[in-house]
Amino acid sequence: MAAGSTIDALGQFELHPVLGGLGEALRFSQSPLMMIVASVAVLAFLYVGMRPRAVVPGRLQAAAEICYDFIHDMAVDTIGPEGRAFFPFVFTLFFFILAGNYLGLLPFSFAFTSHVAVTVALALMVFVLSVIVSLKVQGAKFFAHFMPAGAPAALAPLLVPIEILSFLSRPVSLSIRLFANMVAGHVMLEMFAAFTIMLAGLGLIGDVLAVGPVVINVALMALELLVGALQAYVFAILTCIYLREAVAH
Amino acid sequence: MARSAASNIRRVASFLTPLALALPVMVMAAPGARAVGMPQLDFANPLVIGQVVWGAVIFLVLYLLLSRSALPKVESVLTSRRQTIGNDLDIANRAKAEADSAVDELHQARRSAMAEAQANVDKVIEDARLAALRQTQEMNARLATEIHEAEQRVSAARTAALGSLRQIADETAQALVRQVTGASVPAETVARTVDHAATARGF
Repeated sequence: MAAGSTIDALGQFELHPVLGGLGEALRFSQSPLMMIVASVAVLAFLYVGMRPRAVVPGRLQAAAEICYDFIHDMAVDTIGPEGRAFFPFVFTLFFFILAGNYLGLLPFSFAFTSHVAVTVALALMVFVLSVIVSLKVQGAKFFAHFMPAGAPAALAPLLVPIEILSFLSRPVSLSIRLFANMVAGHVMLEMFAAFTIMLAGLGLIGDVLAVGPVVINVALMALELLVGALQAYVFAILTCIYLREAVAH
Repeated sequence: MARSAASNIRRVASFLTPLALALPVMVMAAPGARAVGMPQLDFANPLVIGQVVWGAVIFLVLYLLLSRSALPKVESVLTSRRQTIGNDLDIANRAKAEADSAVDELHQARRSAMAEAQANVDKVIEDARLAALRQTQEMNARLATEIHEAEQRVSAARTAALGSLRQIADETAQALVRQVTGASVPAETVARTVDHAATARGF
């Protein structure tokens, strides 16, 4: 990471094959490994939490039920009654991203949401799903959305390209937002951690000064916990909003 | 509400995004940083695309497990809880209704018992009053009869007494006249004179 006076803030995002030659052959890096860990954590949380099936839930069961209700209410309130069908998808999306963000904050871990390929894939999945649902529900009327209702026909040559552009920019903004937030957070954590090590090399005065970046990193960790949850929520709620437009008649 | 929250978040996110985007660029531009660029954009590395393929598989498996197994499990627990609570509330409501009707019945029974008792008391008092009245009347009637009979007896005795008194007076007067004058006076004259005197004295 930090060697001497150089800060390698981006080295943490490098992918390395795990499980030796097998991982290399299967293109299996630490990123899919963390995806599996995240998925297992989400599933274990629900299975272990709901095992008592108690009428009066304990802490873990209450937490699992709150997570369920939170996403369920978000999906149904935002999308409407049709949201019930998309609820498992939104739930998977939210907790996949949330677990990825949070697991990435652990030392020696890896945040797969900091890879633009992953976030673009997730955003394209949402985008393609919303387009498919739109075409299925609205048919050809879907294309009428590109001409805002009530606008003068003369403005159509201007408005239609803008609307199409704004529609196509959805997956871009969706993916870049998550990717950029995660990268920025991890880069800052890396940089302040490197500052600590560099200051520690300056002798006694450096040892004292090195406390500063550590304190900042503690605060950054709190910020990253907020950002990790917020970005997962933004991704999920925007998915719900796109799906609402898709199912609206 | 969800919509305004979402738009707020979008606004915040749109503010944060350029900031977040600018940071890695600044880091890359910083002196001493390695100039190889971001590993995320190193698409020559097969692992970058590999994680997308793996991610798709993992996401699909997670989705299927969640939607087929884990989430229905949560749903069933929540549904059974709703049912349990609903049933318990129903039972409680029924019990309350039963208790209310029992209390009503009790009040009703108490009221009717009170009314019955009052009627009994009234009847007994009325009967007693009537009996007393009748007894008084009978007593009065008997007393009146007895008084009447007694008066008749007194009157008969008086009449009898008065009748014998006249005879005694007549005989006494005749005997007195004979003793005083030595002459015998006719009985009719004596009787007429005595009668006259008795009438004058109020007998």
